[in-house]
Amino acid sequence: MTHNIYLYILVAAAVSGLIRILPLTLIRRKIRNPFIRSFLYYVPYVTLAVMTFPAILAAPQAPLAGILALAVGVIAAWKGMKMIGIAVLCCGVVFLCETFMTFFA
Amino acid sequence: MSSNKTAFANGLRDGVPIAAGYFAVAFSLGIVAKKAGLTPFQGFLSSILNHASAGEYAEFTVISAGAPYLEMAFVILITNMRYLLMSCALSQKFDSAARCGHRLLVGFGITDEIFGISVGKPGTLNPFYTYGAMTIALPSWAFGTAMGVVAGNVLPVSLVSALSVALYGMFIAIIIPAAKASRVVGGVVAASFLASFIMSRIPLFDRLSDSMKISLLTVLISGAAALLFPIKEKDEAGDRTDERQEGEVKGHDA
Repeated sequence: MTHNIYLYILVAAAVSGLIRILPLTLIRRKIRNPFIRSFLYYVPYVTLAVMTFPAILAAPQAPLAGILALAVGVIAAWKGMKMIGIAVLCCGVVFLCETFMTFFA
Repeated sequence: MSSNKTAFANGLRDGVPIAAGYFAVAFSLGIVAKKAGLTPFQGFLSSILNHASAGEYAEFTVISAGAPYLEMAFVILITNMRYLLMSCALSQKFDSAARCGHRLLVGFGITDEIFGISVGKPGTLNPFYTYGAMTIALPSWAFGTAMGVVAGNVLPVSLVSALSVALYGMFIAIIIPAAKASRVVGGVVAASFLASFIMSRIPLFDRLSDSMKISLLTVLISGAAALLFPIKEKDEAGDRTDERQEGEVKGHDA
């Protein structure tokens, strides 16, 4: 079954638009339900974590480069480095690692 | 009128560093978009309409998999769930007399960073401030994506390979400080890494697309965490967005 990329983009845009707009226009009171509050609190961290691992191993040509990028990124973030710095650092690690591997392989 | 102009100019100014960061990360997203078969224009369109790093990443995995449209709706709902909370928080920053059109436009412009600077403004939000930030940040995000799709064709493989991890670097930059600040969040992140790895190794789940796995794991792990470790108001104070929300709500009460 073939799908149209424009239709995919439209569906994604419609859903993300509704998520952003509906609470702002409809709900005017603070959410009090502790389960929903807790669930919404954890969602971003879980989503980002499961997206990062193990996908970061498959993104570069060599899985080893992905592992090193992950390790260096986590350490830099732990030490308090800013977002853009971490992104650049991860790219640098992959580039260096793969360059070395082509020389020594 | 002139106060609206000033607010717009302030938003534009505060949006510049956001726009610079967006361009770099969107470039990396564009490489993913290219792998999913998108043209530069489709990457631009997706980013100007959807403008969400994690959400669009998930969007492109759905496109790569050729999954049903309904799955796209579900996946976007889950990966962009945090915007629901931000939208709720912003609703409390609005003058009750604010026109629906302003609520609609500001809602459309919500991203982590634009929400952050908008909700951080003391007092009632002037929507023109948010418009100013959106005007520079969102096109930068969209052009960055389009450039990523183009460069994915032009750049040497080694560079594309290196740039492909920029997006994960950004994700790490969000989850690790939160994990450091809260042992529970740290445990949840570690459990997410482990569960995600196990799921990728079990052949039984091979028929599920990557985006479906992400959504399923998110609902299950977040739900379990919410049941086992319900947050108290003070825990939430560690969260940047809620801290501002709480402060603002108190401001309104006073």
